[in-house]
Amino acid sequence: MAEALNLVTESPTPAIPGTHVAIRGATKIFAAPGGGTPLHALGPITFDLRQGEFFSVVGPSGCGKSTLLDLVAGLSAPTEGSISFEGTEIKGQVPDGVAVVFQEDASFPWLKVFDNAAFGARRNGLPENEVKERVEHALAFMGLSGFAKAYPSQLSGGMRQRVCIARAMVLRPRLMLLDEPFGALDQQTRLLMGEEMLKLWRETGSTVMLITHSIDEAVLLSDRIGTMSARPGQFIDIVETGWSRERGSETAMDPKYGALQSKIWSVLRNESLKALGA
Amino acid sequence: MANTMPSNDALSKRGRVMGPRRYRVALLRSIVVLLSIALLEVASRQAWIDPISFIPPSEMALSAWTLLTDGAYREDMMLTLSSATASILMATSAGFLFGLALFKLPRLRRVLDPLLLSYYAVPIFVLYPLLIVLFGLNRWPLIMLGFLFAIIAMAVNTLNGLERVPQVLLRTARVLRMGKTREALLITLPASLPFVFTGIKLAIVYSFIAVIGGEFLLSGAGLGYQIAFAYNNFDNATMYGLMFLLLTFIGAINLVLHAVEHSLYQRRVIKEAV
Amino acid sequence: MSAHVSERIPTRRQAKPSSWMDTVVLIAGILLLWQLSSWALGTEVLPGPARTLTQLQREFADPDFGAHLAETSKAFAWALLIAVAGGIGLGLVLGARRLAGDVMEPLLIALYSIPKIALYPIILLVFGLGISAKVAFGVIHGIIPIAIFTMTAVRNIRPVYIRSIRAHRLSPWQGAMHVLIPATVPEIVAGLRIGFSLTLLGTLLGEMFASQRGIGHLLMLAIDRNNPPTIMALALLLFLFATAVSIALLRWDRHLRH
Repeated sequence: MAEALNLVTESPTPAIPGTHVAIRGATKIFAAPGGGTPLHALGPITFDLRQGEFFSVVGPSGCGKSTLLDLVAGLSAPTEGSISFEGTEIKGQVPDGVAVVFQEDASFPWLKVFDNAAFGARRNGLPENEVKERVEHALAFMGLSGFAKAYPSQLSGGMRQRVCIARAMVLRPRLMLLDEPFGALDQQTRLLMGEEMLKLWRETGSTVMLITHSIDEAVLLSDRIGTMSARPGQFIDIVETGWSRERGSETAMDPKYGALQSKIWSVLRNESLKALGA
Repeated sequence: MANTMPSNDALSKRGRVMGPRRYRVALLRSIVVLLSIALLEVASRQAWIDPISFIPPSEMALSAWTLLTDGAYREDMMLTLSSATASILMATSAGFLFGLALFKLPRLRRVLDPLLLSYYAVPIFVLYPLLIVLFGLNRWPLIMLGFLFAIIAMAVNTLNGLERVPQVLLRTARVLRMGKTREALLITLPASLPFVFTGIKLAIVYSFIAVIGGEFLLSGAGLGYQIAFAYNNFDNATMYGLMFLLLTFIGAINLVLHAVEHSLYQRRVIKEAV
Repeated sequence: MSAHVSERIPTRRQAKPSSWMDTVVLIAGILLLWQLSSWALGTEVLPGPARTLTQLQREFADPDFGAHLAETSKAFAWALLIAVAGGIGLGLVLGARRLAGDVMEPLLIALYSIPKIALYPIILLVFGLGISAKVAFGVIHGIIPIAIFTMTAVRNIRPVYIRSIRAHRLSPWQGAMHVLIPATVPEIVAGLRIGFSLTLLGTLLGEMFASQRGIGHLLMLAIDRNNPPTIMALALLLFLFATAVSIALLRWDRHLRH
């Protein structure tokens, strides 16, 4: 219990080639609304997200995982430190080439599924025939072709989340950020969605950063997994899974799978206890 | 108007404004009110508005105080109050039962839906002559006006409340093998109370509106009538004094209802997880 | 009334036949009740449906009626325009600025509860005895509910939509056009349904109280002279008008909620 936190800090050198997102000492501190003590939510985090990798972040609730995603997406600016995407620093502005799938259902109830998926591409000014082609492909990929003319209110939660993923996919992002997108779904649907995410990742070749509270999901899907401490969140440990790109549900049979899970949980358990008590 | 006031949804979603911000909001609100009154005062005294048509609020208050202490209008005020109270009691009880009926008979409810809004478009006062024939030349036509005006609001809100009892609570009742009456008393009623209370609040407001409005247009006694009488006799001082009393009274009732409602919502409605 | 969006929507084909039947049953029921009440209370006191319709025809045949109808329509149209524009505008501002909304909300509700009819003398004294007073009556009845509904709609916009706007890097204009407005329209329309009825009520009450022309005035005359056929005829006219518009707006509301 008294073991010191072994915080991971990669050496503060310029970004290694093949780095997609370089995070340097990023910290987020929220001012308290009534003028009380400010909330130190995250950091400092120093980390390199590699080009094309599937990276997951696990951590106890309230540790700041979603805050980290907001920083990387450009939805919020770091209080200290910097975040660079493809070599350019992002200062609270969402850069081109990034797509986000949120935890809550962000499908627009007033648009049909097709128009929902086409939303981002249309706003970016893509010609309509290009939009149509991309959307049809994305919907087919996500198994939603038959529902193109339906409204989100007629779909289940899992399907609506697939619409949101399709919407992200249509944008052909170079970086996909997923904030516990499967949180509201049942286990079986989660597993299936996980497989779809892997397919998507392989097909698009984009970098994926997934925030999740499910350790087995993280281990199953990722190249690397970052374990975060309780608030203020910092990376305690980063493990490499070493899975091949063609991973699937059979990965769970690999003996290393169980070992990785145990390793992560042993670190995470303490932090979770802290989060519960705090 | 027949719907739940939309602000109640806003309340349950956001919860109460807490902490130091609450005081800031209350302070700003008081400032807004005081500034508006001050503006009217200045506008009237400086003759930006015709000071005979619109007397300064300070004079309104003075007149109101005089009327109150004189006691000349006490009988009228009591008359209005008693009529409104009768209307409220009838509207809340019958309205509750009607809402219950609509809850149990969904077909009836679907069918009545479009009617409920046009109900409020026709001035309810057109029924006055009919009511006189039915009830005679006394206070009962006015009380019935209030009743008919208020009952729908009570029914609709009761219905809303009953519909919003979470299914899981009712299933819990069944698992605990509670009888119908026990379920109704111990679970359904408490769970729907915030909305039922909104219905009661609206029933109170609408009863006063209908009774005073009726007195104003059609009757020979009561606070509403005296306001109209003063207006017709160019007695602006009395008219404004009575209006001031009316506004103060309604304002006080509102504050009380608002406070009770806030505390009801605080404790009884589980706010959605933020 | 309450719209339960969470319910699974039945296929369009299922919903239609039952609703037509319901409407027919409702109309038949009302007519029956009306006729029975008429017989019970006496036709001089409560004219039956047939008598009322004949009276309505007579009213329309009256050469002056057109002028009265025009007067009321003009006042109502103006009042509705101002109430809708003003109400939505006010609601948008109060919804967007959190503090302003918090401060003003109870004040608006308090204003809503005042028997506005008791304020009529003030309006007459300020606006004079013309059409502008009538328009003012209508506006004060309708503007507050529309503002409140609009304000609530804006405040209840789901935060994930705001984040989606930023994640898609939309300009403020694009964000409003493509997300904020479509998200709030259904609830604003619900406010319009109520605002419509109340504005009509306000305009009519104004005419009843202080006007020499208009449907409201005719209504008041009929009440004073104890003329049930005319009262019923005019009430029926107003009722049918309000119901027709109410149904149309309800349809639009349902259509928007998909």
